[in-house]
Parts: sequence; C-alpha cells; structure tokens
Amino acid sequence: MVCTVRGLVKTYPAARGRRGAPATPAVRASDGIDLDVVRGEVFGLLGPNGAGKSTLVRQLTGLLRPDEGQVRVLGHDLVRHPERAARLLSYLGQDSTALDELTVGLAAETTARLRGLETRAARDERDAVIEELGLGEVAGRPLKKLSGGQRRLACVAAALVGERPLLVLDEPTSGMDPVARRAVWAAVDRRRAERGVTVVLVTHNVIEAETVLDRVAVLDRGRVIACDTPAGLKALVADEVRLELVWRTEPPLEVPEVAALWKSAEAARAAGGASGRRWTLRLPPDDARAAIATVTGGPAFAALDDFTLATPSLEDVYIALGGRAEGAEGLVKV
Amino acid sequence: MSVMPAVSGVSGVSGTTGVPGVSGASAGLPGASGVSGTSGVSGDAGEAGDMPAPLAARARLFPALVAVYRAQLSRARVARIPLLFVATFQSIGIMILMRGVVDGGSEARSVVAGSSVLVVAFVALNLLAQYFGQLRASGGLDHYATLPVPPSAVVLGAAAAYASFTVPGTAVTAVMGSVLFQLPMTNLWILLAVIPLSGAALAGLGAALGLLAPRQELATLCGQLGMSAALLLGVLPAARMPQVVSYARDLLPSTYGVEALARSFDGQPDWWVVCADLGVCAGVAVVSLAAATWAYRRAAVR
Repeated sequence: MVCTVRGLVKTYPAARGRRGAPATPAVRASDGIDLDVVRGEVFGLLGPNGAGKSTLVRQLTGLLRPDEGQVRVLGHDLVRHPERAARLLSYLGQDSTALDELTVGLAAETTARLRGLETRAARDERDAVIEELGLGEVAGRPLKKLSGGQRRLACVAAALVGERPLLVLDEPTSGMDPVARRAVWAAVDRRRAERGVTVVLVTHNVIEAETVLDRVAVLDRGRVIACDTPAGLKALVADEVRLELVWRTEPPLEVPEVAALWKSAEAARAAGGASGRRWTLRLPPDDARAAIATVTGGPAFAALDDFTLATPSLEDVYIALGGRAEGAEGLVKV
Repeated sequence: MSVMPAVSGVSGVSGTTGVPGVSGASAGLPGASGVSGTSGVSGDAGEAGDMPAPLAARARLFPALVAVYRAQLSRARVARIPLLFVATFQSIGIMILMRGVVDGGSEARSVVAGSSVLVVAFVALNLLAQYFGQLRASGGLDHYATLPVPPSAVVLGAAAAYASFTVPGTAVTAVMGSVLFQLPMTNLWILLAVIPLSGAALAGLGAALGLLAPRQELATLCGQLGMSAALLLGVLPAARMPQVVSYARDLLPSTYGVEALARSFDGQPDWWVVCADLGVCAGVAVVSLAAATWAYRRAAVR
C-alpha cells in the first residue's frame, strides 16, 4: 500500500463579505474521505470543479493540515510529519509562479538540486527529462514566454526530476496538445514499468481518465461517491446507452413519440443534460433503438440535424451516481 | 483519444444496428472490475505491512541556497532589469533635485548616501515583498514547500539575489552623487560592506512583510511604504527633522547603512562609528531574516 487515507475531513472557514465580494459560507472540502492507493497503479481523482480534488491532494502532500483523519504515505504518518512528504513524493501543483521566470532547463535543474541531487546528477536528470518530454527546442526559454501547454509540460519536467516512488499530479496535461499529452503519459508509464512508481492524478478530463487510469475515485462535494476501475464504474450503467439528438431548429414536439421522449428525458433535463436543440438521453438499448427508429423516419427526421449513440462514459457514471447537474458541465469531454 | 465505440451521423441505419453490439460489449465489464477492484487492494495491504519506506535525502542548506540564488539571479534577465533602471534613475533624479536645496557639507553627504541606499530599499525591500506576496497568493510557495529544502535556504537565497540586484544601481548612484556634490570617492569601497549588510536587513524585512501580509495587495503596499520611509527618512537631512520623525528614522534599518556611507565621505572617518552602524545593520539582518524564515514556514504549511 502506497497511500492510505482514512476519515479525512477539512473545512474551510466561512469568509466575511467585503465590498464587492459576498460572504461565503464554510465549505466542507473533504467530508470523510477514505482511499487506498496500491503500489504501481495510476490512481485518478475525478470530479467537477470544486469537488475537493485539489484540497485532497494538498492534504496528501502535507501542504494542508486536515481537521480530522489520517494520511499515511509509504508507511509515514503525514498528518503528524507533513515535512516528510517532500522526501517521499513529487508534487505538481496547478500553479507555475515559482518557475515562471526561469528557463525550462534551469527550472528542471534547480528543482532537481532542491530535491537533494548533486550538481552533476541534477544536470543529467535535467537533460534526460528534457529529451524525454521533447522540450529540447524550448529548453533555453523562460516558462513565461511559452504557450500554456508547453509551460505545463515544463512543470511536468520539474516534477519528474529526482526519483520519487509517488507522483502526485494535479491536472498535469491541462492545456496540452495530443503530442505533449502522449509524452507525459509515456514518461509516467516508463517510471511505473521501471521503478514501480505510483501515480495519484487529479483530472476532470473524462476521456483521459478512461484511457490512462487503473482506478478512479469519483469525488463530489468532498465525498468519494464511487471508487473502482473505469470499466467497473461504467458497468454500473451498463444497462443504458447514451443517445444524443441535435435538432435543426425547434424539437418537433408535435410528433407524439418525440414528445414522449421529451417526457421520459425528464430526469436528464433536470440534470441539465437536455436543453433546447441538443438532447442527451440515457436509455435502455431497446428504447434507444425505438427512439432512433422514430427520429430517423417520419416527420421528426426533417427536424433532425445529427444523432450520436454511444456506450456509457464516466460522465454518465457521474450523473448516475447522483453528481450535481452543474458538476457534469465541469467535466471536460474532449 | 476516445475508446468508446461511438456511432454518429444521420445515416440512421448504421446507428440502429450498433445498439446490440454496444450492450454486448458492456456486459463483459462487471467481471473485469471484480478482478482489479477492491480485492487486489486488501491483498496488497497484508504483504506491504506498515514498514515505513526510506526517506529520500534532504537538500543541504548551502547547495540549496546556491541553487535558489542562481535561479533567482537568472530571473533578473527576464524580469528585473527594467526595474533596476527605474531604481537607479529615481535615486539619481532625487540627487539632482536636492542639488538645488542642499549646499555641500554634511547635508550633501547624507543626500548621496540616502539616495544610494534607497536603491537597496527599492529592490530588496519593495520588490522582494512584492515577489513573496505574489508567490504566496498564487500558490507558488507550494513548489518550494513540496521540496525537501530548508526554509532558510529559500529565504536566504532569494534575499541574497535581491541584494545582489542592487549592486550596480547603488554603485552607479554613489559615484554619480560623489561627482555631483564633489565628494571624495576614496572610501567608496565601504559600499562592499554597506550593500550586503543593509541589503540583507532590508531583504529580510521585505521577505517577512511579503510572507506575513494576509493579502497580496497588502504585501505590495507594505513594500511601497517601507521604501517611501527609506526615501523620506534616509535622503532628507536628519538635522531638520522634528523629534518624533527622527525616532522613526532611528527605527528604520536602512538609516544605519545611510549613516555608515555618509560618514565614510568625511576626510578622516571615525571607523568605529561606521563599524557600529554596520553592526546594527548586521544585527537587524539576522533578526529580520530569522523572522522571514519563520514567516515562510508559517506560509508554506497552512
């Protein structure tokens, strides 16, 4: 076991209102979280904005002291000894301010030095990681002058220098193009294969979660509402398929079958899934087949612009598990 | 990068036929989840036991300090050079302005010394307060806080770098001032002691302010106020100040750097007094850097 979390609770106190900023009530960002992360796995934390993902990883990395609960990483109690986290794990936060004005090469080298490496070793690691992530062309340029995706990649480089058995990465690939994403996952995979490195990953990219994660915990309002393999989670909604309909203008509600669909999609509408011209329906396969027969024949077809039929994704799981409606909007689908 | 079989398009035929295949594929999933689900977790817990893993080495103080210093110094190329020009021109401008008011003698010495040390206050106090304020507000401190580096290495490295930024500006200002007011330049080597000592004192103060201020704007404000104080209390001749203001002047660490430099313009400087002034700077530097290190610790783990 690499990482064990038990009964983690963290509440941000209520903020007084100031001029221009309304008062915010106290937020329970971690509400009794239990997690187990096994050696060598890529463990994902999935959830919409504000679900408590970053708060959770900040407690895993000793940056934030939990109000209650236990965090053990590789046998060390990080609630009692938060300073040990830096010697056990490598953390990639969301912010790059500390490195922004350094060149990519110096950012990696300095981070390696501060992770306890000798000058020579730090330079070797710097060169290796720059090569590995394909940053050679921009190695001499300050992070500030790079595009968002490249800057993020440089931060990943800084997180990867200096061997650590656990990597905690907070949205490592946000803003990256597919080439950079592939480089990051290849680098992570290599460390996992060669050294059994464990990865705890925050994401709200559903597609990425399905492809790279071994197991995923779905977070909502500070609670883990599900934890399983992506396939296992999708099996929860295996008896449904997702049908997306796009109408050219107004949906032809005068067609009785379409009106019935609209009525049966009540739940999806309540979850924000169907609105205006674009409907997202979650139906048993037989019903979906009947619905497609309806909308692709007869008067409804004239009003139909496009339709998509797909197996359930983690997004559907999220909604089936009772995630917030606005939460689904926070999940990135591409 | 989608892995799901998606059937799309207005060609309704292929869409309809896709449905049975879809439900068939997902029927196989529950079995897969059972294998790699929670059962694997409990098995691993038994074998791994609770033996703490070895901790990686800490970064030692001096190498870490050098690494931070080097990184900070390199930032000058990107972000600091325009500000250094501003700092220098501001001080030279003030001296030119004061030339019409002050007619040589001890007042001229304090104007030149005050303007030179003002460059130190601008960069080490004001800019460093802003830097740490910004780092803290944006979450940039997390980067350092999750590296096994002694807090003092981060604070001292940054403070040393900012103090170094002040060297060219302070030297140029002191030489220009000596020329403008026809002061002897023989003892200007004292800058070698004045810059690091007052730089350390003011940088420590700036870092502490930046790390302690509850909001970034307040850190900026504190830095600006500190610099304004150094400007007013350092450049204006002390003899003309009201009693209360001269107490405030005694409290400001930059004052002792100014005094030390001003005394060195004398024909026969009283080196003991100069040393005493520099000693105060050194004392304040130790205290303020310790305070800044404490503030860093406090800011890093919330």
